[in-house]
Amino acid sequence: MAKYITKRIIYLVITLFIIASATFFLMKFLPGTPFENEEKLSIEQREILNEKYGLDRPIPVQYANYMANIVKGDLGVSFQFDNQPVTDLLKSRIGPSLQLGFQAMFIGTIIGILLGVLAAMFQNTWIDYGSTFLAVLGKSIPSFVFAAVLQYFIGVKLELLPVASWNGFTSSIMPTISLAIFPIATAARFMRTELIEVLGSDYITLAKAKGNSRMEVSFKHAIRNALIPLITVLGPMAVGLMTGSMVVEQIFAIPGIGEQFVKSIQTNDFPIIMGTTLFFAFLLTLIILIIDILYGIIDPRIRLAGGDKS
Amino acid sequence: MTKSTEEIQKHRFEPAPKDSFDNEKIAKPQLSFAKDAWLRVRKNKGAIISLVILLIIVIMAIIGPHLTSHDGYEQDVSRSNLPPRIPVLEDWGIFDGSQEIGGVETNKYKDMNIDEYYWFGTDSLGRDLFTRTWLGTRVSLYIALLAALIDMLIGVIYGLVSGFKGGRVDNVMQRILEIMSGIPNLIVVILMLLILNPGILSITIAMVITGWIGMARVVRGQVLKLKNQEYILASRTLGAKNGRLLFKHLLPNLSGVIIINTMFTIPSAIFFEAFLSFIGIGLQAPEASLGTLIEDGYKTFQFLPHLMIIPCIVISIILITCNLIGDGLRDAFDPKMRD
Repeated sequence: MAKYITKRIIYLVITLFIIASATFFLMKFLPGTPFENEEKLSIEQREILNEKYGLDRPIPVQYANYMANIVKGDLGVSFQFDNQPVTDLLKSRIGPSLQLGFQAMFIGTIIGILLGVLAAMFQNTWIDYGSTFLAVLGKSIPSFVFAAVLQYFIGVKLELLPVASWNGFTSSIMPTISLAIFPIATAARFMRTELIEVLGSDYITLAKAKGNSRMEVSFKHAIRNALIPLITVLGPMAVGLMTGSMVVEQIFAIPGIGEQFVKSIQTNDFPIIMGTTLFFAFLLTLIILIIDILYGIIDPRIRLAGGDKS
Repeated sequence: MTKSTEEIQKHRFEPAPKDSFDNEKIAKPQLSFAKDAWLRVRKNKGAIISLVILLIIVIMAIIGPHLTSHDGYEQDVSRSNLPPRIPVLEDWGIFDGSQEIGGVETNKYKDMNIDEYYWFGTDSLGRDLFTRTWLGTRVSLYIALLAALIDMLIGVIYGLVSGFKGGRVDNVMQRILEIMSGIPNLIVVILMLLILNPGILSITIAMVITGWIGMARVVRGQVLKLKNQEYILASRTLGAKNGRLLFKHLLPNLSGVIIINTMFTIPSAIFFEAFLSFIGIGLQAPEASLGTLIEDGYKTFQFLPHLMIIPCIVISIILITCNLIGDGLRDAFDPKMRD
């Protein structure tokens, strides 16, 4: 297990290193400098600015500085938001994103598991078909389509919930639902397949043969075992939530990281794009690493296989 | 007993053939792989209905823009923001070109004496939404197909080589894959699009960069499983070269997983294109894709919801049908599900 974790952490570092380098060089390839459009600046002023931000030095030196700063946790300063350090900006905006993410993940997995369990226990009945259809809808319909439609009918037409604001729990209901659709669908589909497989295994037959009731067998034996592999879909779910958060936060005007990232892309605020990119990459790879390790701890079969899951 | 032998006359018997050649003959026509799969997909009603709907959409994407006399790019501000109006249906009181603005029902067509029919209405620049929707569908499908094909090509080759060669080559290739798959594809795509000018080709390339990894993994896994089977050994014993083993024996047996994987790549590529357009780094005007139409429509959708809802319906239908067909194919190709 220790060997497996070490191996994974090394990969994580390599991956992050590649992403950081790629972002740096890609940004250097972009034409122009940040001060090109400032016509008021004289050549001397521009040189001073270049010197201040270290842009006058050769690219290898800049690269080394950039890398050193990242390790220290310094992601540079924003051009757009009053020279605010990117790290501060991220810190001030992570709250809403995290809240939405956790709410969506929580609600999504619980409803998803319920749907999946119902579908598997009443296999090939209308409950199963209904739940499967819902799951296909949730998997297929893009979150921004869902969010916009929700906003139009519940916010604009029925005026039940605030259209786009961020104060208090009520304003987080619609974004959470829009984000939760994908986790619901993923969890429901996964749970159904997994539970059907478990219900067909020998120890379930044995438990039934021993005279346990259907409910007892399902809850004490089947569902517990089917839940374990669900951990593996938490990774794709996190990726989906991050993708979803960008558009959903934009639609509902939530001051989160996703909304700011989209805004920075539209205004070419490169330090923020780079910083957020790195932050997203770090978060995602870390989440996936933690999930894999957790899974290894919970399911002994992974450990026996020497940690090689492929 | 004795009676029956008497009743059957001797000449009615036929001697058994000496050569047993015919013994091996299979009376029923042989089922090819594709036929076998089709027989099983056919039982899946959802997949078949989806296939028909998807085909209709594809046909509409091809001929749709030519069905009306309106051009998808021509701007005519005097015809801007018209609601949908469809012949026949307008007599029933729906899609008759009327809309509610601030609680008052108005009909722009009557007010402005417009005789023409805009089936899906027009956008703020007076462009016909019907034509643009199908032009956009065409572009979205084109990007998705292109991305899926390139993903397939790279993924299959990488997976085949990695799985078939094995040993050191496989080891190195797998490590590369592991590191690449750690990079979130969303981030790669966004970074690439900031550098390349957004266009059909650059969006496709950006999606392909990490898109082939899934396919490569699946193909490698299958090759590892298949290459130790007896028929490969038999063929090798008979002197088959690697090329023949790969293309004649392995590839046909991989076609199931390849098709399924490609079928799931298409909807995710369509989604990604729409997503990129929605956050503003997708295709640029005047080019239309379903994503850009949704994004345009979203800007005014509180007042003119049809501009957003129609492309949303089309993209949702495409994604749902693709997923259902993919599910159907997976069930059909999966030997575990055979009945």
